[in-house]
Formats: sequence, structure tokens, C-alpha cells
Amino acid sequence: MINEHLIIAPILIPFVTGALMLLYDDRQRGAKFWLSTISAASQLLIAVELVVRAKTGGDISDAEGISFYLLGDWAAPYGIVLVLDRLAAMMLVLTALLAIPSLVYAHAGWNRQGSHYFSMFQFLLMGLNGAFLTGDIFNLFVFFEILLAASYGLLLHGSGQLRVRAGMHYIAINLAASLLFLIGVSLIYGVTGTLNMAHLANLIASVAPEDRPLLHAGVAILSVAFLVKAGSWPLSFWLPTAYMAAAAPVGAMFAIMTKVGVYAILRLSMLLFGETGGPSTSFGASVLILLGMATILFGLLGLLSSQSLGRMAAHSVLISSGTVLGITGFALAGGGPAMLSGALYYLIGSVLATSALFLLIEPMNREDGGIAAMLALTADAYGLDDTDLDEVPDTALAMPAMTVLGICFALCVLMLAGLPPLPGFVGKVAIVQALIAQTALPAGLAWSFIGLLILSGLATLIGMARIGIQTFWANDATLPRVLALEVAPVIALLVVLALTSLKAEAMLRYTSGTARALHDTAAYAYGVFATPRAADRPKEDEGSEP
Amino acid sequence: MEIILSAAIGILSASGIWLVLRPRSFQVVIGLCLLSYAVNLFIFSMGRLTPGAPPIMPKGGFVDPTRYADPLPQALVLTAIVISFATTALFLVVMIASRGMTGTDHVDGKERSQ
Repeated sequence: MINEHLIIAPILIPFVTGALMLLYDDRQRGAKFWLSTISAASQLLIAVELVVRAKTGGDISDAEGISFYLLGDWAAPYGIVLVLDRLAAMMLVLTALLAIPSLVYAHAGWNRQGSHYFSMFQFLLMGLNGAFLTGDIFNLFVFFEILLAASYGLLLHGSGQLRVRAGMHYIAINLAASLLFLIGVSLIYGVTGTLNMAHLANLIASVAPEDRPLLHAGVAILSVAFLVKAGSWPLSFWLPTAYMAAAAPVGAMFAIMTKVGVYAILRLSMLLFGETGGPSTSFGASVLILLGMATILFGLLGLLSSQSLGRMAAHSVLISSGTVLGITGFALAGGGPAMLSGALYYLIGSVLATSALFLLIEPMNREDGGIAAMLALTADAYGLDDTDLDEVPDTALAMPAMTVLGICFALCVLMLAGLPPLPGFVGKVAIVQALIAQTALPAGLAWSFIGLLILSGLATLIGMARIGIQTFWANDATLPRVLALEVAPVIALLVVLALTSLKAEAMLRYTSGTARALHDTAAYAYGVFATPRAADRPKEDEGSEP
Repeated sequence: MEIILSAAIGILSASGIWLVLRPRSFQVVIGLCLLSYAVNLFIFSMGRLTPGAPPIMPKGGFVDPTRYADPLPQALVLTAIVISFATTALFLVVMIASRGMTGTDHVDGKERSQ
């Protein structure tokens, strides 16, 4: 009984925790920290359990791997459904994996810079988990708004002129994008009369020819909203400033925010315009490929021209989402599941690495005096009372912190540049291999994508190595003091990265199963309707009745 | 009625887009409000325009669905109104904070001439 309700737990746990913490006074940071860490840890456990459940389906042909949850026990096209498949489960694990280090890092000092940090963080997790799980487009909008509203608060956390300005741009862009989202959703509803993704996938082939352009327009407008979130090229100018301005632990969590946009595009385009799309098959594939390539190009140029590490990290976020976007386009055009599998594996690795990089930026740039000086400075500038400063944990590392930071930084760079032995390399090799083998698209397009992919790795290496040399070798300033609480999360993320690399075969098997499931939409599209309502199900425990 | 409604949506969104592209933050807020009105009307119209038809069906018996308005877009509009109202309020707060910190109401926090 509990077992089938586990699907909704990743949404309920952060919701309840976040709401509960609103009742606590803001000074009870210890309690709040432990509550949110317990919440994030239980989300991780549940997500792992859900991955196991999604995986045991094994063969894609039976719908075993996909579980459906009817909210309020309404039958499929009428009520909202939550859908757990391999992709959703994978993203849930990734979210929880990022959340724990970010929370620990925030405990070292950032949570003191404003109010309700931990509550907003939990609501962000709720929105993310919900967006990954939902099977209904309008519900997707609601979860997007939840995660966006939380992210507005988190971006502004710590205040200051830079953050407020970046926050204002970020909010304005996202409000406009939400309106586009609504227009797209209502156009789709106007044409097909449904908002359920699975139902849409069934109906798409039989839409009347005269209505089809309207449907395409609706989906295209909807994808503009997703592309804004994914940071695709002409819509991404807000992203570097916003990510750079965000507090370090917030930036680390934002690393997955662009991937929500990518996820939504991947999910909807494969479902609607995959092989079962009828005349709509492969709609928008070439646009996605070109946008992906433009995003990679923009990211790599931006990376080479940035002077600060924060901006570089933001541009490497762009490169990683551009890569996955482009591959989505190729997969949509009939490139086959192999490249998508590589791209998903690359996505896991790059999200972990950019997240670790965001956590590294702030300790690396701390000139001297350690965290106390940083806090005093911010508190001074933004008029916070300074009573909190005495509470700064006194666990500064006595060991040569620079060495540890340097090694962590080098590992992040190796990953992002796609050098062995980290997952960046494995993922890129898988992508390139599949791109060479594909025959569905002109070879020139595939080769130019490969070229850009490799070039982006080179640019990352050049740009990051420059900053690394400046910070670690050519720096005569006093060594910064770094708290153990700040280094531990980075090391934890890197350990996960190393595990991703060690277990590459198992993970690639999982992602290739995911990619095949994304291509074969039948289980998703028809499974919902085969799910019995709880009210219709024969009662098992009333066995005494003949 | 179709012409009036579509003209209203068109004019609202045209003025909204114009205002969103202006450099003053207050204009941007008003622009976003107008755009959200346009979008709300648009969602509403996607349930087809049926004057004088109730959206709720009576209980029991056979009902002819053509005599009722589509209730779903009306529910969607409610949700959309609440969400856009809340986020606009949040945006206003940020705008005022920015005005207080920078001393100008330019969206970039500084006048172009400076």
C-alpha cells in the first residue's frame, strides 16, 4: 500500500518540510539545517528506490518499468497523473544528490545572509521533483512556477545590488516565459482537447490536417518557454549574470535548473514527435540541433572571454545544456537511442561537475581573512546586524586548503573538458561514436556537431587552466582559510563523479535503457489508460468474502 | 463577439509587449500585467466561445455536452490568474528594492548616459 504511494513522496516530503520550517524562528538554524538535511537524505533514499523500481521493468516492451500514480484516483485523461519512468527516476536521484552538498555548504555561512533560506530550498526541491514526475502539461506549468518562485527568493538571497539587479532581469524573463508557456498549453488544449502528455501522444497522429499547423505553433511556443529555462542560445543572455550573482550554494543547485528545461523538451518532443507522431514526426528536430550548436558556440566563446570563474562556470552550464539539446534534436530526427544514452550520461556528469565548480568559486576567490571577513563585508554592505558573526564555526582547516581546492578544481576541469578518466570523456565518446554511426541526417551536420563538441572541451580547458594558474600558482596573497564544511560537499560531489566513472558500464546500461524507453513511447502512451483506479481494484485484504 | 475578443487580446498583448521592452521598471511591470490579461483571455477563448451556457452539468441522467461550456479552461484561467498575480507582486517588491539600492528606476540599475 505504502509502496505504490512512494511515487508522490519526492513532492510531499520537501513540501511538508518546507512548510514546517516556516514555523521555526529564523535563528534556529541548527534545527532547520538538520530538518532539511534529513528531508534531502530521505528524498535520495526514495529516489534510489524509485530508480530500482523503474529499472526492474528491464525489458522495455512491457510497461513494468513505468509506474503511474493517479492523483485523487481520477481515471487517466480526466485527472492529473504522476509518471515514474527511468528518465524521471534518474533526474530525481540527481536532484537529491545535488541538494545534500548544497545544504551542507550553506550551513557553513550562507544561510545566515537572509531569512527562510532552508524553506525556499525545500520548495525548490518540491518544484524540481514535481516537474520531473508529472504527466500533465498544465501541472508541469504549476510545478515550474513553484520552482521558479523559490528560485527567485534564492537568487535574491544575500541581497546586494548585483543580486537584486540580476534577480530583476531573471524574474522579468521568467514571467514572460511563463506567459508563453500558458499560450502554448492553451493552444494545445484548444486543438486536441487534452493536457495529459500520454493522451496527447496517442492523439497526435490523428489530428486533422487543418489543425496541425496550430498544434505545431502551440508546441513551438511552449518550447520557447522551455528553451528560456534551458538557456538555449538567443534566450540565454540573462543566465551568466544570474548564475554568477547567486550565492554559491544556490548556484550549485541552479546547475540542475537549466536541465529541467532540457528535460521537458526531451520528454515532450520524444513523446509527441517521435516515431509515432504521424505527419508530425521529427517536427523541430533541425531547429533543436541548430540551437544546440549555437548554444555550445555561445558558451565556448563566453567561456574564453570571461575574466571571472563565476561567469565561466555559468558558460559551462550553457555548453552542457547545448550539448544535450543538440543531441535531443538528433535523436528526434531518427539518430537512434545510442547517442541519447551518451548524452544522458554526459548530463549527469556535467551537472555534478558544474555544481561542484559553483561551490569551489567562492572559497577560491576568498583573498584573505577567511569566511569571517567575507561575512563581515557582506553584513556591512547590506546592513545586516553583526551579532551573527560570532557564530562562525571555528573549524577552519589547518591543512593546506589550497592544495585540496586545487585538486578539486582540476578534477572539475577534467570533467567539463571531457578528458579521461572522468564521465565527461566517456559521455562524449559515446555521443561521438553514435553521431559517426548515424545515417539519418547529413554527415556534415553530425561532423560539425562533433567538431563543436570537441572544441568546447578545448575551450573549457584553456579558459579554466588560465584561471587555475592565476589562482593557485601565480597568487602570492595570504592563503585563504577554508572551512571543512565548505570543502566536504565539493569532495562529496567529486566522489560521486568518480563513482559515475567507475560504474560507467552499469550507468550506460541504465541510460541506454532510458533512451530506448524514450524512443518507444507505447508503454508511456498507453500505460496510463491501463492503470486501474484504486476504487475499481479488487480489495486484497477482504479475502474472507467468497 | 469573436472579433471583439480577438481585438481585445491583440491590443492588450501589443501594448504589453511594447511596455515590457521599455527601460523603466514600472513600465515593465505594467507590461507584464497587460500581457497576463491577454494570456488569460486567450486561455479562456480556447474552450470555444459559448454565450449563455453554464460550465457545470446537472447530476444524473443524460446530458448533451454541446449545451455546456468547457469548464477546464475556466479552471486553468483561475490557476493562471493566481500564479501571475503572486509573481507580479514578488516582482514589484524586487523592483522597489532595486529602486532603493540604485536610486534609479532603470531596469539595469543605472541610466544609460552614465
